[in-house]
Amino acid sequence: MANTTTQTTDAAHGTADMAHGAAGHAESAGMPQLDFSTFGNQIFWLVVTLVVIYFVLTKIALPRIEAVLADRQSTITNDIAAAEELKQQAVKAEDAYNQALADARIEANKIVAEARAEIQADVDKAAAKADAEIAAKAAESEAAIAEIRKGAVESVKAVAKDTTKEILAVLGTKADAKTITAAITARMKG
Amino acid sequence: MADESAKKSGGGITKIVFFLVMALVLLSGLLFAPDHAGLAIHPMDQFKIAPLFGGEHMSWFTPTNETLWMGLTVVGIVLLLVIGTRGRAIVPTRTQSVAEMAYGFVYKMVEDVAGKDAVKYFPGIMTLFLFIVFANFLGLIPKSFTPTSHIAVTAVLAMIVFVFVTVLGFVKNGAGFLGLFWVSSAPLALRPILAVIELISYFVRPVSHSIRLAGNVMAGHAVIKVFAGFAGALGLFSFLPILAISAVYALEVLVAFIQAYVFTILTCVYLKDALHPSH
Repeated sequence: MANTTTQTTDAAHGTADMAHGAAGHAESAGMPQLDFSTFGNQIFWLVVTLVVIYFVLTKIALPRIEAVLADRQSTITNDIAAAEELKQQAVKAEDAYNQALADARIEANKIVAEARAEIQADVDKAAAKADAEIAAKAAESEAAIAEIRKGAVESVKAVAKDTTKEILAVLGTKADAKTITAAITARMKG
Repeated sequence: MADESAKKSGGGITKIVFFLVMALVLLSGLLFAPDHAGLAIHPMDQFKIAPLFGGEHMSWFTPTNETLWMGLTVVGIVLLLVIGTRGRAIVPTRTQSVAEMAYGFVYKMVEDVAGKDAVKYFPGIMTLFLFIVFANFLGLIPKSFTPTSHIAVTAVLAMIVFVFVTVLGFVKNGAGFLGLFWVSSAPLALRPILAVIELISYFVRPVSHSIRLAGNVMAGHAVIKVFAGFAGALGLFSFLPILAISAVYALEVLVAFIQAYVFTILTCVYLKDALHPSH
C-alpha cells in the first residue's frame, strides 16, 4: 500500500513540477510494468479473461466455424459431384442424340432404297404391261389391215371380174366365169 | 560519370543540410519551448494501472483500466467470432470470412508446425492468439491501455505455455522427453555440454517468449509517446514529430500482428517439442 501512496504524491508533484518530475522521482519515471503490487490483480484478471475467451471459443465460436467450414466443403464437393454427373448425362445425351441421328439416317436410306425398288418394280410392271398391250394392239391392227387388204383384193377381183364381164359383153364376146376368174387371178398375181 | 557523381554529392549535401536543419529545429524547439509545456514527456505513464472506478486501494480483484481493456478484447473476440458468424452462411459475409480466416490461419499453423496430433490443443492456442492480437490492436487506439505491454501479463501467458508443454511432454513421452536435451547427432563427448546448454535454453524460453511480446509492444508505445512529447514542445515545428508518429504507428500496426503471430508460432514449436521430443 505504501507504493500507491507514493504514487499519488508523485502525481501531485508532477502537476506542479513537470519539467523535473521525470528526473526527480524514480517512481513516475520508472516502469509501471515492474510495480509488483499490481501483479496479483493483473494475473487474476488475465486468468479470468483467458478462461472466458477459452469458453466462448470452445463452446460457441470454434464448433460453429468448424461446422460452417465442413458444410461449405461438403456443399462444394456435392456441387462438383453433381456437376460431374450432369456432365456425364450431357455426354450420354449427346451420344444418344448422335446414335439416333445415325439410326435415322440409316433408316431413311433404307426407306429410300425400298421406295426406289418399289417404284422401279411398278415402273417395270407398267412398262411390261404397256408393251404387252401395245404388242396386242399391233397384232390386232395387223390382222385388221390384213383383213382389209384381203377384202380389198377380193373387191378388186370382183370388180375386175364384173368389169371384165361387162367389157366382154360390150365387145360381144361371151366368156364363161371360170375363164375370167382364172385370167384375173393370173393377172392379179402378175 | 562526372554528372552522376556531381548529382550524388549534391544529394549528399542536401541530406546533410536536411539533417542540420532538423537538428537546429529540434534544438530550437528544446530551447525556446513554451515554459508551461516544458519537456513533460512521460512515456511510461500510459502503462500505469489504476482502479477503474476511482479510489486508491487496489486489491487483487479490483477492476482496473487493464481489466477494462482485457474485457474489451473479450468483447472484440465475441463480436468477431460469435456475432460475426451468427449467419452460419455457406457464402460468408465479410465479418464471417474474417473470423474464418483467423480460424484457418491458426488451425493451419498448429497443424503445420506442431503436427496433426497437436490439433486437439488448437482451442488453447487460438485463445492465446486472439487475446494477444486483440489486445495489441485495441492498444493502438489512442488513450487506450495495452495489457500485452505488461510483463506480468505476457509472463503468465508464457508460463501457461511453458508449464503446459513441459507437463505434456512428460505425460506423453515419460522420461523420453529428456531426449530433447540429449543431442544424439552430436559427438558423444559433446553431448553433456550440449545438454546443459539445451537445458538452459529450455528454461530461458518462457523469459524470451514473454519479454519479446511485452518489450515490442511497450517500446513502440513509448516511442510514440516520446514523439508526442516532442510535438507538444516544438510548437510550430511539431509537424515533424507528428510525421514520425505516423510512421511509427504504421510500424506498430505491423508489430501488433507480427508479435501475436510470433508468440503463437513459438507456442506451436514448443508444443511440437513436447509431442515429438526427438532431436
